[in-house]
This record gives sequence, structure tokens and C-alpha cells, in this order.
Amino acid sequence: MSRITGDPILDVQDLAMRFPVKKGLFGRTVGHVHAVDGVSFTIQQGETLGLVGESGCGKTTLGRSVARILEPTSGQIVYRGRDGAATDLATLGRRQLRPFQRDIRVVFQDPFSSLNPRMTLLQIVGDPLRAHGIAAGGELEDRVAEMLTRVGLSPKYMRRYPHAFSGGERQRVNIARALIVHPRLVIADEPVSALDVSVRAQILNLLWDLQDEFDLTYLFISHDLSVVESICDRVAVMYLGRIAELAQTAELYARPRHPYTEALLSAVPVPDPRLRDGDRRIRIADDLPDPADPPPGCRFHSRCRYAEPGTCDVPGSEPALGAVGPEHLAACHLTDRLTLQSPFDAPRSR
Amino acid sequence: MPPPNERDPLLEISGLRTHFSTREGTVKAVDGASLTVPRATTVCVVGESGCGKSVTARSVLGLIDHPGKIVAGEIRWHRTDREPLDLAALSPTGPELRSIRGREIAMVFQEPMASLSPMYTVGDQLMEAIRLHKEVTKDEARSMALDLLRRVGIPRPEQRFGAYSFQLSGGMCQRIMIAIALACDPALLIADEPTTALDVTTQARIIDLLRDIQAETGMSMLFITHDLGVVAEIADEVVVMYLGTVVERGGVDEIFHDAKHPYTKALLGSIPRMGAGTRQRLTTIRGNVPHPSDRPSGCPFHPRCGDAVPGLCDVEEPPEVVFGPARSARCVLHAMERSVR
Amino acid sequence: MTNATRSERTGKQSAPQWRLVWWKFRQHRLAMAGALVTLLIYLVALFAEFLAPVSTGTFDPEYTYAPPQRLHLVDTSDGWDLGLHVYGYEQHRDPDSLEPSYTVDESRTIEIGLFVKGEEYDLFGLIPWDRHLIGPKTAGDPFYLLGADRNGRDLLSRIIHGTRVSMTIGLVGVTFSFFLGVVLGGISGYIGGRADLVIQRLVEFFMSIPSIPLWLGLAAALPQTWGPVQRYFAITVILAMIGWTDLARVVRGRFLSLRGEDFVTSAHLDGCTRPRVIFGHMLPSFTSHLIASVTLSIPAMILAETALSFLGLGLQAPVVSWGVLLQEAQNVRVLATAPWLMLPGLAVIVAVLSLNFAGDGLRDAADPYKK
Repeated sequence: MSRITGDPILDVQDLAMRFPVKKGLFGRTVGHVHAVDGVSFTIQQGETLGLVGESGCGKTTLGRSVARILEPTSGQIVYRGRDGAATDLATLGRRQLRPFQRDIRVVFQDPFSSLNPRMTLLQIVGDPLRAHGIAAGGELEDRVAEMLTRVGLSPKYMRRYPHAFSGGERQRVNIARALIVHPRLVIADEPVSALDVSVRAQILNLLWDLQDEFDLTYLFISHDLSVVESICDRVAVMYLGRIAELAQTAELYARPRHPYTEALLSAVPVPDPRLRDGDRRIRIADDLPDPADPPPGCRFHSRCRYAEPGTCDVPGSEPALGAVGPEHLAACHLTDRLTLQSPFDAPRSR
Repeated sequence: MPPPNERDPLLEISGLRTHFSTREGTVKAVDGASLTVPRATTVCVVGESGCGKSVTARSVLGLIDHPGKIVAGEIRWHRTDREPLDLAALSPTGPELRSIRGREIAMVFQEPMASLSPMYTVGDQLMEAIRLHKEVTKDEARSMALDLLRRVGIPRPEQRFGAYSFQLSGGMCQRIMIAIALACDPALLIADEPTTALDVTTQARIIDLLRDIQAETGMSMLFITHDLGVVAEIADEVVVMYLGTVVERGGVDEIFHDAKHPYTKALLGSIPRMGAGTRQRLTTIRGNVPHPSDRPSGCPFHPRCGDAVPGLCDVEEPPEVVFGPARSARCVLHAMERSVR
Repeated sequence: MTNATRSERTGKQSAPQWRLVWWKFRQHRLAMAGALVTLLIYLVALFAEFLAPVSTGTFDPEYTYAPPQRLHLVDTSDGWDLGLHVYGYEQHRDPDSLEPSYTVDESRTIEIGLFVKGEEYDLFGLIPWDRHLIGPKTAGDPFYLLGADRNGRDLLSRIIHGTRVSMTIGLVGVTFSFFLGVVLGGISGYIGGRADLVIQRLVEFFMSIPSIPLWLGLAAALPQTWGPVQRYFAITVILAMIGWTDLARVVRGRFLSLRGEDFVTSAHLDGCTRPRVIFGHMLPSFTSHLIASVTLSIPAMILAETALSFLGLGLQAPVVSWGVLLQEAQNVRVLATAPWLMLPGLAVIVAVLSLNFAGDGLRDAADPYKK
């Protein structure tokens, strides 16, 4: 695909985010929740990298660390600017981060809580321009009007408050606010999860169009595997703070190499009653282990149907994320021995 | 029990109107909805936010919050060997409806954690549900409760019996809720978005469980959801709602492969399907779902419909065109087709 | 987009927040009534000299413990005559206890007028004037609508004058505690960490001190040589020192919950500076809550002042406040002979209730976006 240049825009190395578990009167730290536990990946200029996983897998925390809403406990987030200069964002302070906040923007999940109800659309969308001293007054208004038009909202609603708008419209406002400073990387945290089905498609189409128009790179966080398939070039599957598998979208969906990916794909309901058969289903236990105390060895072994005692549950021998094919990484001890199924294996009537 | 007749109705809702009178005007959350739940069948009600699917389900059990009220319509509940009863005419707080709730019709909600009390163990809550409707001793109730926990797929039920809801995962809580609902062998289970708050792997298992239980007990299920994937997995019959009215009804295969109403077609076109590949542009429905208090005149879908006929769709309420038993659509296009033929 | 049509009709979509609050507040009848009464009380405080028939110090030893007079409109003693009037008293003294008792003397009519000339005063402390809203046409005639106290002073006038001190000590005290509460609560909630720990322990410390002994101690520590104004000021400060803790907790809680809100995170990511986030994004979203909690804390201040003065530790005699007036009602025997001396208590109840109603309504209306 031509929009992907192959130059890395973001290089995340061994990123970890630990939250202390505090107890007692004086808040003594009794342990840590490893929300993100040693994650490495690269995003290329122009691509869309998907981040999927169940709730509690650390995908949102990872996104927030990359956006530097949170300060990661360790690891590197190397961002390559327009001029090619590489900067490690992980250790920067508030002030040093400011120039990079123009390049890296976030679109939040909840279109209701992410807009200040006391501000008009003009104030909300124009705030980044004002804060960065890019534009003010009439020029700011013109720019906001232009951006609102671009995301499909009429500029005549500029002086209205968010409560007058529906979820889909608010999400358009969020996108306009993110794009008004012409960023390069947009972190979209479940941007369509709270929307109605018929509105979801509009927003997804809009995200595509804007990517082409503004040369954007997306880190797209979602729990919905069908949405991720439709928008992402590559997908990383997360489980309990780690990446279990990472590959090109088509490759991952057709040839999963990690049992967790296989189970996730199999669990997605297929919107076709004719494909409703029993044997293609893989079901895993619905109890997620405690993230403060992940199972020893491979952290998925407690729910894995292929797990071998003595191989997968040995403390200290966690499978590393290794190459299992061209541009295909998986973290599983048994991956070479397993033949995993994909939902597309079965003959399709489509 | 005699083998249930396929089309033998268990619950018939006809012309149901549930309105909420607020200071800013009447919100017609459900405005003339009709649907039938036959015996031993799973009927899915599907629609977007504000379509009235949850209010319809809650109307059946008289669980409408103030200031909502059923203003018209009938909800006929067919009991074995007895005259049908109109639930809409019963007092929502009266003893008759209370005796039906939980005993003949049970309900499962979206938020399992919020539906269980954090003050009692799940076992206690399950036993209470059993003893509320059945005259059994404590020990009998306990063994029945353990059986139920086993039936809903809870591993090591003896251990989980003494657990509190906050110690269990969302999936486990939803299983407990299902066990409580099953405690009195209801003839109808109303499930209001029971899997929406759950992860996809858990959702798949809960759907399997509900499907197995339905097949095993022969109860009927009224399943409310916004997710067409879930509908395809579980439904026998589908009711599509939009802004308080039923726009299309039919068998699950007919709905997914031979949709009649433009809204159903558009809805099916707008969901990303796995296996379709990356960057396939999705068909969209223009505009937004209007607020129920702002219902367009004529056909509620006409402002967003690609096939709307100006001067007709925006003026007249569309007629219900019946294609067969339990198969209908409310759209003038099909009415015109009929009259031409 | 199509969605704006519904709101278009009500004009709600472009209404700023304060207007939405006002619309919601207006629908709350009890709160509206409370706000109206509160407003009236403050008007009384402002125009006390004009509204009161006499000044606080005017006394007449002839009329100690004189009972309330009835206001008559029609005089039938001498044909049929229209005009406001009250009747004079006839005083009897018990020969043993020397306690006075009064009977109405219908033969003596005291004409009452509106906007009558009376004692001179300075309105707002600036404009010299001598008109009173109501009073006897002949200055010096006995006129006790709510009765008299042990020195023969008019209770109505004293309650009206007391309004000023009682209602403003609340305001001054609340302003102090508001400032302390917002700043300390804000630091505690926004910065968190060690500052939060220290401030929270401080709040708990202040809350754990039994308030009456603390008042007693602090009030007793005030030098006896201080004049009434200094005392008044000192008392407000004492009340504020105790009153800020609740507000600090509220502010801290709001900051804590707002800190996690997406729109605040967004504001940080938009490149807003810290003060801009705090004063532009966070504070405006709960100013109406602050106003509501301030409104609700004024009654507490009024009650505290009343209680302190009642115990004889707050304001002292030359100053007139409701609490000082109630001090006279401490004696059971006095109450038996002159129950009207409890009327200042009624004033306290009315003021506290209406402020509470108004505050409750404001709190309910403060978040117009929540259903």
C-alpha cells in the first residue's frame, strides 16, 4: 500500500506500566499490577496498527502511555519527528512534551465525557490552536469551521454546546479536535464502541478518508475484532499486559499462530445464521487471571486448551514474542507444533 | 407436557404503546409495537439505541420506570390450560403480575454485577429465589441451587456458593443471574442485552449456555440486543425495531438473507464482517438516530432511507405488509409492489 | 445534521450553562420560595434602620415586658374611623413581687402611620434620614408590635436590627471558610500525594475537635477589652476556622473525580497549561456546586453564631444579633411572663430554612446535564 512508507514513526521498546497496589493507613505498597509488562512494537508512517484484547489486557493503558497521559514505569517510546529526529518520549517532562503533543493526538471512547459540557464546539475544537499559539480570533474561527466541515458537521453549530448533539456527532467533534493541529499519529481508543451500529460505519469511513487526506498514522485500540479487521493494516493481540501475537491483518485472521488469537477469533459472533454450527467453536474459560499475579510460565496457559504441563507452566520460562513467519510474531512455546484454525477455514457460502 | 406446537403462541404483544410523559413533552418510547413469541422459540428484538426494544421487554413485566406508562395495546400471556391473560391490563405493582414475574416469566439484565446484591453470597440469593416460589426446605433448596450452578456451567459450584458477586468475574455473575432466572422453570426468559457488558470470549460462552438451556428446557426466549452477530448466533425469529415501531419480522434466515425493509438492509450492510478484508468501505446510513421525542412524521425511517418516496413516506404511516406467517415489513415500497402485482 | 431540530424548538442547544441551571432552578418551587425569602431577609438587613420603628437602644422603663400590641385598622370607639392604630397599655404592678402586668387601654388610641418621622439615623451609614416605614405618629408613644423586653425596648426593632449582624456574620464567615476550603481542597485534590495526606489529616483533626468546647476556648481567649466590632470579627474567623473542612472535602472530591475525566485529560493533551486546565476546565464545571454548598453552609454559620451568643460567648450586649436576643429568653420565668422573647428564634428558623431550601434547589439544578 502506497500510503505506508515503511519509515517507523514510533518505536516502542520494552514498555512497562506498573500500578502499585496500596493497603493500610499509610498506603503501604503491597504489590504491583503489571498493566503493561514489557511490550515492544513499531508503527510505520501511514499505517494503522490495531491493538485488540479483552478488558483488562492493558490495551488502554498502553495507548495512554504512548500518548504520555501516563508516565511509563520503564521502557522507551521513540518518536521520529517530521525532520527524522528521534526522541524518547517515555522520560520527557511536561514542558518538553508540549511540542510532541501537537504531533500525537488522542480520540477517546466516550463521546459524552470527553467533551467539556461547559464549552461550545468552537471553544473545544479551537482550544488546541489557542493553547499552542497557532491561531487566534478570526483565523481560529475560520480554521475550526473548516475542520468541522471536514468531519461532516455544519459550522453554523459552532456556538452550540455538546449536549445538543448525538453520540456520532460528538465523536466527529472529538476527531476534529484531534486533527485541528495537523498531527501525524492519532491514538484512537475504542472510538466507535459507544456508537450505534448505523453511525459506527460513518465514523469508520470518516477515519479512513481523513487518514488519506492528512497522511495520518493510527494506533487503533478496540475490543471488536471485526472493526479491527476492517480498518487495520497490522494487528497486535494483547493478553494480560503482553503482546501475544502481531501480524498483518489478513495473515493474523487467516493463520493465527497463538491459541489465544484462535479463541478470540472463534468467539466473534458471525452475522450469518447459516454459519451457525457447533464444531468450529473454541471456548475458553471465562475467568481472567488476576493481573497482579499472572500465572507462571506462559500467562495464557490457565485458559489454553493446548497447554502442556511441564512446558507451558514452568515458572520463569515465559515464551518470548518471536518470529513465526514473515512479519508474523507470536509468543507461544508450542506454536510450531499446533495447527490452529481460523474462522475462515470452513467453506464459506459468501 | 404435550409436544409444543411450533406456532402455538406463548406471548402476544399487539399494538403496544408505552409513553413517557416528561416536562418537555411525551416521549413515545414504544409506539404501536406488535410481536409474537411462540412456544419453544427464541425471538430476538434488535435495534439501535432509542428504538424501544428494552422498554418493550420491560413493559411485559410491568417494570417501566416512572413516568413511563403503557397507554394502549395488549400483552397476552398464554398459560397452559388457562385463559390468556392481558398483562398490560394488570397493575404493575399488583399481586398477579408479581406472581408471574420470576415464576412464569424470568428476566436477565445487562449488568450482572449491578443485579446481584453485594451483601449476600450468590448461593444465598439463589436459594432465596428458589424458596420464594417453591415450598422446599433449606437443605432441598441448597441442593437445588448447587444443581442449578452446575447446569449454568459454574466450575466447583460448592466453592462458588459462598462467594460474593464482587469476587466473581462478569461472566460468572451473568451465569448466576441465569441460574436465578431458571430457578422456577420459567416458560419465558427475557434477556435484555445479557452479553453486551461482557468480553467476546465470555459472550460466546453465555450465548452457548442460553442456547443449550433453551433447547433442553423447551422454554421460550425473548432476547434483546443491538448486535446483529449475536442475533445470527441465537435467534429463531427476529423482530427489527426502529424508533418505537416494529419495522420487520421474520425467521432469522429470512432476515439475514432476504431482508425486506430498507432499514434492515442498511443495518446489515453497515456492519463490518470478518473475512471481508481490510479497507472495504462500509455502507452507511445517513444521519443519526433521532431522539424518540423527535420522531419524524410518516415512516420514522424516511429521513435516512435511500428509497424514500417524497410525498408518501414522509406523510403516511407505512402499512404492515404481511408476507407469510410471522413474516412482515412496514414499508410502502412493498405495499406498492403488492398493488402493482 | 438532523439532530438539532428537537432542541431547536426549546432553544436549549445554544443556551450556556448558567441559563440551564436557572431554568431548572425555576422549576423547583420550594427552592424559589426559599430564595425569595432569603432575598427579603437580606433586604431587611440592608434597610434595617428604615424598617425598624426605633433604634436598638431606645428604651422606656415604663414598659418593661409589655406584651405585643394588635394593629387595628378600623376605630369603632368613636363612630367609624379608618386609620392604623394601636391601643395603649394600662400598667398594674403586683404589690408583692413588683412584677408589672398590662391590660389594653382601649380609651387611648395611638395613631400609627407609614413613613413617619422618627429618630434620626444614617441610611447605609451615609445618608442622614429620619423616616421610618412604620411607627407612631407622635414619636415616643408606646409602640410594641412584638412586645418589649426587660428594659422596655421594642423587640420588633431589635429583631430587624439583629438581622443585619446575624445574616452577615454568616456571609463573612462563609467567605473566609470558602477561601480556605477551595484552596486547601484544591491543592489536596489536584496535586495529591503528600500534600493531600497532610491536608486530609488536618481536616480530620479539625473535624474531630468537639466544636462547642473549641468555641468556648477560643471565645474565652478573646481579650475582654475588645470592642463589639473586634469581637464580631474574631468570632467570624473562629467560625470560619471550623467551617472550611466540609468544603475542602467537597472540593477535593470534585477535583479527584474530574482529574480522571476524559475532557480534562483532553485539555492537557490539547496543550493547555496547568492554570488553564484548573481555572478554565475544572473549576467552571463545579462552580454551581460550590455556590450551592456555600448557600448551604450559611445556615450553619448563622446557627453557630446564635448558639455562641446564646451561651454568652459570642457577641455581647450592645451588639444586637438574634443570638444575643435569645440570650434573654434563657430564663424560664421570663418565658412564662414574656413568651414573645422567643420570637428571634422564629427569625432564625425562617432564615435557616429558606437558605436550606434555596441551597437544595441550587444543588439539584447545578448539573443540568444529568437527568
